[in-house]
Amino acid sequence: MREQLEGSQGIARTVARCRPEVVSAYPITPQTHIVEALSRMVRSGDLEHCEYVNVESEFSAMSVAIGASATGARTYTATASQGLLYMAEALFNASGLGLPIVMTVANRAIGSPINIWNDHSDAMSMRDCGWIQLYAADNQEALDLHIQAFFLAEALSVPVMVCMDGFVLTHAFEPLEIPLQNDVDAFLGPFEPRQVLDPDDPVTIGAMVGPEAFTEVRYLSHIKQMQALDLIPEVSADFRERFGREAGGLFSCLHTDDAETIVIVLGSVFGTIADVVDDLREQGSSIGVLSLKSFRPFPTEELRAALSGAKRVVTLERALQVGVGGIVSENVRSALSGTSIPTHTVIAGLGGRPITRKTLRPLFATAMAGELPEVHFLDLREDVIEREIWRASEGSHTGPHAESILRNIGIVRAEPV
Amino acid sequence: MAKGGGALTVAPQMFQARVHGRGGQGVVTAAELLSLAAFAEGLEAQAFPSFGSERMGAPVVAFCRTDTKPIRLREPIAEPDAVIIQDPTLLHHVDVFGGLTETGYVLINSARSIEELGLAELLTPARAGRVVTVPAGELARARTGRPIPNAALLGALSAMTSVVSQDSIEAAIHGRFKGKMADSNAAAARDAFDYVREPVHA
Amino acid sequence: MSETLPYYQTGTFAVGGRLLTPEQRAVQSDPDRMNAITKGHRACQGCGEALGARYAMDAAVRAADGRVIAANATGCLEVFSTPYPESSWRVPWIHSLFGNAPAVATGVAAALRAKGRTDVRVIGQGGDGGTVDIGFGALSGMFERGDDVLYVCYDNEGYMNTGVQRSAATPPAARTATTEPVGGQPGNSFGQGKSAPLIAMAHEIPYVATATVGELRDLEAKVTRAMEFHGPRYIHVLVPCPLGWGSATNETIQIARLAKETGMFPVFEAVDGAITSVSKIRRRVPVEQYLRGQKRYAHLFSGEGRPDIVARLQAAADRNIERFGLLDDGDENVNIDLLEVLATSERGPQ
Repeated sequence: MREQLEGSQGIARTVARCRPEVVSAYPITPQTHIVEALSRMVRSGDLEHCEYVNVESEFSAMSVAIGASATGARTYTATASQGLLYMAEALFNASGLGLPIVMTVANRAIGSPINIWNDHSDAMSMRDCGWIQLYAADNQEALDLHIQAFFLAEALSVPVMVCMDGFVLTHAFEPLEIPLQNDVDAFLGPFEPRQVLDPDDPVTIGAMVGPEAFTEVRYLSHIKQMQALDLIPEVSADFRERFGREAGGLFSCLHTDDAETIVIVLGSVFGTIADVVDDLREQGSSIGVLSLKSFRPFPTEELRAALSGAKRVVTLERALQVGVGGIVSENVRSALSGTSIPTHTVIAGLGGRPITRKTLRPLFATAMAGELPEVHFLDLREDVIEREIWRASEGSHTGPHAESILRNIGIVRAEPV
Repeated sequence: MAKGGGALTVAPQMFQARVHGRGGQGVVTAAELLSLAAFAEGLEAQAFPSFGSERMGAPVVAFCRTDTKPIRLREPIAEPDAVIIQDPTLLHHVDVFGGLTETGYVLINSARSIEELGLAELLTPARAGRVVTVPAGELARARTGRPIPNAALLGALSAMTSVVSQDSIEAAIHGRFKGKMADSNAAAARDAFDYVREPVHA
Repeated sequence: MSETLPYYQTGTFAVGGRLLTPEQRAVQSDPDRMNAITKGHRACQGCGEALGARYAMDAAVRAADGRVIAANATGCLEVFSTPYPESSWRVPWIHSLFGNAPAVATGVAAALRAKGRTDVRVIGQGGDGGTVDIGFGALSGMFERGDDVLYVCYDNEGYMNTGVQRSAATPPAARTATTEPVGGQPGNSFGQGKSAPLIAMAHEIPYVATATVGELRDLEAKVTRAMEFHGPRYIHVLVPCPLGWGSATNETIQIARLAKETGMFPVFEAVDGAITSVSKIRRRVPVEQYLRGQKRYAHLFSGEGRPDIVARLQAAADRNIERFGLLDDGDENVNIDLLEVLATSERGPQ
């Protein structure tokens, strides 16, 4: 049934339909509405046979999830930003142990400086933790990906994080189709764990593995993610069959078949770019946009095929590798190795800076003219940067950069420095 | 999509409203209610806030887009077709009118006139009848006991723009609130609707 | 001709299982015990933790009719019991991380509750490092939430598995690799300590107890008693580490006994935040006798030694004896109010 509601509420209701047995919850902006809604549903009985555990930190949130999942319970939690980092050790632990936990990451920038707004630096910082990473382009897809995530996780015994842009999606009110319980039950079925702590059949989970076996254990998790490359499109197809709409898969393409310039993005910025691309095409431009859904595993071969006809590829990403450049674009570049297709990195929307049609149009025009540098920071205020560099060179006790930049752009009520 | 009896129609395309106010005044709820009303009429609608941490009294902006086809755009509304000002103390502190379209609507919660607020320059010929003040806070207080002007302002908006009907606004209010809160807010919305429709205030 | 034999260990049932009624016998004397941690593990010779874990776990297993799941922190116990591809554990057992054993146990308990498995009990285990330091937040969270977990801390007073570094449980003046007695320093510094059992009591959880591997039957009894409760329970067990303490591998039990008999390690039980019973010192011993058996205190006795430090340690033991009423002054059941104890401590009322 189609309803107009907040993205977070839709996520909570969809997760509830997946019948989690244990939900561990620690609040962090901007995921709070999700865990709050789940708490209400457990208390009211809307979500039955579910233990909701209010933990004292994100590290514990994931640790509780580990214990619960190992005991055979379908398990869920949600976090963002600093919280994701605080559970970093546990993320690697969960994937190393092969536990099919599903987690929402409401993408938010990582501090310092502290910032509560949307970018992808949180999930990107954990790209190697062994979790499958799926990115939702809009709220409907975010809902749908959670259902697919439980299926994928349990089929592969690999934990899955569903990434959705914090605030931009979590706090957006829009029409959503909440899936029916019967359909979700039929799609998922009950959780049948590969390994489970059970006094009737005791196992030891989490033994130390030395040099003689570690490589093989690690290789197996690599292989499992490669298997996911096949399973993800299958699950998406099955989902389409049962629920009647497209969601997930490795990536989706808009006008890329004949496009000279292809823009690659993750997450909700796709919507805005789609509008711009449609406008530009109406004016005769040869441009298309690819919305990447599966970042881990990275669909190298599939992407290579999809990009093969392009003259240039622009990866627009909401995170960066400090001191290197783009993150996603690095993976894209490896997908294009051996071809002569140039790739460009555009770093945009850091810390929640809006990515608008107004800035995208000239950006794409530059790109299509072949004039885009290899790495470009969209919307960068060069004057502010120059001033700060000059100021910092003036002496030793120059104070924190963040504060003086805020003063210079007038955010803080103090004299500019 | 002229519905609910309006003098002014809005063409079937994207309509963008921006709501300004302060934390605690129900700015975000206003945008959500508008989107709920639009949804009830079969429109596509998207509402979202521009955020800070939770803090009473800080300036807050919320957005609502409606369209006849699914909305993919996700940027903040830079060129609003309508600006709703819930708190007039923002008027000369925050750029509330930034990007307002030539024929854009302005709705301000105030008992004073546009001229008295020092905003006469908004009264261009293209905006005839589209720049209005409504004592929404007082209308709200009379009905609900609290000066939260959001519901009343939406009633005024539907009177001015007909982007959604008054019935849909009231239905949205009833969907979102319960019991006396719903009734009193809906009544405040209708009071504001009538206030705008009375010739002397148009 | 008759002779009077002095038994110093009356009340411990150390005289021999065959003279006791079956109910009084140790779990370990039962040939049908589960051997939850069975032979073949790689613990050091004389390891107090292996001893304590064996007694504690089998007692828990018996109390739960065999239905136990264990969550273990990283540390000696975890490492020596699970050398891949072997495992000593005959109960379902999970090791996750160093600092999260209490939280993992919470998760296991939550899953069992969600599935209606009220018959299965959860045991969390960790060393002092994983419990009192890095796992402390998770431990406190588990206590506060009232999760149904029995947590056993095996306290060997340092990070032994990583090479004997200092933890919050390391006693004053002890030598560790990060508190060497060099430059005039007498080993670990004197502070106010961090009593996990007292902190557990401050959480007012149903049951808290301390025990040592010097009184194994007492350890079993406490674990068994703990299993009668539901909700969070905490048992803190002193387990000498011959390697880290520099003690003889065949003196582990004796050293544990001395820790109690000197007053260095008070042995007690508490219910809902109030001490309900104290295990009295049978024959009081000066701390020096305890210290001299451990090379980690050797610097206090070499050359001119540090009699001043020994005196401070003695004073600490004396204070424990007074605070906890460790000497038998005729009172059988001493009810000690924790707040009262703290109020009359050296630092005065809080």
